[in-house]
Amino acid sequence: MRLIKDVAEWFDQRLQLGKPLKETMQHPVPRSTASWAYVFGSASLTVMALQFVTGICLAFVYVPSAGQAWTSLQVLNQQQSFGWFVRSLHGWGSNFMVALVLVHMVQVFSFGAYKYPRELTWIVGIFLLLMTLGMAFTGQVLRFDQDAYWGLGIGASVIGRTPLVGAPLVHAMLGGPIIAGETLSRFFAIHVFIVPALLLAFVGVHLLMVLKLGVNEWPMPGRVVKRSTYLQEYHELTRKDGVPFVPDAFRKDLVFSGVIILALVACAALFGPFGPKGPPDPTVVQTVPRPDFFFLWLYAALALLPPQMETTLLLVGPVLAIGFLIALPLISGTGEKHWSRRPFAILSLLVIIVSLAALTQLSAYAPWSPDMDAWSSTPVPPKFLKGRSALERTGAVVLQAKQCRNCHALGGEGGRRGPALDTVATRLTGDELVRQVLQGRGNMPAYGKNLSPAETTALVAFLKTLHPANEAPARDSSLVGVVAAPQTRPDAPSP
Amino acid sequence: MPETTRKPEGVPEPSTAAQKVPRRQMLITLGIALNVVAGVLFAIPLVGYIFGPSKRKEIRKELSWITLGSLAQFPEGETRLATYRNPFVRPWDGDTANIPCWVRRISPDQVQVFAINCTHLGCPVRWFPQSGLFMCPCHGGVYYADGARASGPPPRGLFQYDYKIEGGELWIKAGEVPTLATPPSQACADQLRRRACA
Repeated sequence: MRLIKDVAEWFDQRLQLGKPLKETMQHPVPRSTASWAYVFGSASLTVMALQFVTGICLAFVYVPSAGQAWTSLQVLNQQQSFGWFVRSLHGWGSNFMVALVLVHMVQVFSFGAYKYPRELTWIVGIFLLLMTLGMAFTGQVLRFDQDAYWGLGIGASVIGRTPLVGAPLVHAMLGGPIIAGETLSRFFAIHVFIVPALLLAFVGVHLLMVLKLGVNEWPMPGRVVKRSTYLQEYHELTRKDGVPFVPDAFRKDLVFSGVIILALVACAALFGPFGPKGPPDPTVVQTVPRPDFFFLWLYAALALLPPQMETTLLLVGPVLAIGFLIALPLISGTGEKHWSRRPFAILSLLVIIVSLAALTQLSAYAPWSPDMDAWSSTPVPPKFLKGRSALERTGAVVLQAKQCRNCHALGGEGGRRGPALDTVATRLTGDELVRQVLQGRGNMPAYGKNLSPAETTALVAFLKTLHPANEAPARDSSLVGVVAAPQTRPDAPSP
Repeated sequence: MPETTRKPEGVPEPSTAAQKVPRRQMLITLGIALNVVAGVLFAIPLVGYIFGPSKRKEIRKELSWITLGSLAQFPEGETRLATYRNPFVRPWDGDTANIPCWVRRISPDQVQVFAINCTHLGCPVRWFPQSGLFMCPCHGGVYYADGARASGPPPRGLFQYDYKIEGGELWIKAGEVPTLATPPSQACADQLRRRACA
């Protein structure tokens, strides 16, 4: 014991870090901040440190070469001892980090912590968020599989919409004319050197400001932030009702970080590493590219935006959103911090959270994407075929063979790009069906050139049977008097 | 720490110091100037290094005529997948330099060569001969057999490569990832606002 103390003293005489470190650790913080609501920042920091460790470990084996990267991931997954686990930790760590940073941001926003004098801490935090998302995207690129390849294609297509400088930007992003070797090297340098270095620097500044300006006190309704009095009030608070950061506030950080690390290890061990999916061979076109979880909302937004405003929104939207986040503390740097006195802010936050969650949830089944294999893998359910005439059944064959099912579901199976056809006959009359099939409308392409008159007749005959037994098919009122006979046979069994 | 406790020692008399100020000031100015010049000289090649690939002249050089093989592989009235090795290639590109495209043979001497990339966001479109449509798996863009936009979010028809037929072989001019800013055929470049570019 004595020896350890002597050695420690020997070092401290030279380094002289002991006293300032102790002072920093024990600096007083408001008692109210020793709370479970204040643990997300430190947990993000913990996960970031783990990402550095697992990332460096991966670099021992990973080969940042377009021709070899995918193979080196296979070696990591299959041959290297614990290679799969390190990949798994790094992949799950990325998800954990994005999630924690977002929760931290929501907490900081709802507690009004971005207000005076912590405006710059918030702004630096916005850059940290962007870097975290940047790491998540570039990391997905380094997992150089089909999704990474086509994800880069999507990135290039978005950037290619920039007016005037689109082409040079695309080439700068890809490091050449196509997605190939230099693209991966470029993203490797960004993911491994540039952004981590910036992250470290920005996290340093972020933490320094937390120390200098103090942890934001628990907001109280009516306790208004004024530039002239806030600092004094805060010092009063920490002096009268302060506790040392270590251990009073720190123990909850410590416990939560421990829980997070355990959860991360559990996820990594139970669910395993992400991919890689198929090799990055662009000639394999039978692929359905999907982004990683935290970019699914963007994927949904890109499918649902009105096409004519897409380019504008793609290029201007991010600038406005980031600009607003940066400007936020400068616009509303003073006033009430408590959520009950900031209904508009809290409502906006809820709208954003609900929108992102809804878009992400929609992406889980992507109703806007055709089901590319439905026409050959998902047959017409038998109940729609029972008791049908030869012509109607031929129509069902046409429906399958012409890929209609890629976009239209029957019996809950098939694409969801267009409306389900289970009850289409109650919405469209025979004539309307013919017109819709041949000319298309809305999102439906015209089939006029690709259906013979016989095929059209058969297809529409089948579609006209698609209505519930107890509900009459649609009919054209103007023809009711002319065509006396009912359009469907009374003995037709119900679907 | 109070200033009075520190006794300045070894500081020259004020009169001598005053004489030295211009020289010291000059050295500082010189030092800053030297470092600015050095910094600029240092930075220019680095910027050129990083953004070299985006020089327009370089890119145009990378576009070249490349063969898709014998025209006989593409029967009349059919649309088939063809692949070529990108003309600009690095030894470590691996499979990524193998680029696919759709070849539609219309008549003995007339073809259309479509880029694989959807004009919306670049996903690979798939050809369905039965319905005569190209469908995109990402956001549901659909194109007709002649490449014209049929439905969905794409802002224009499929990108087409310039082609020529020489000695029974089909050649296309290629070498660049097709996007709205870098359409493979300049003939269609100014038709971005049209629905189809066929």
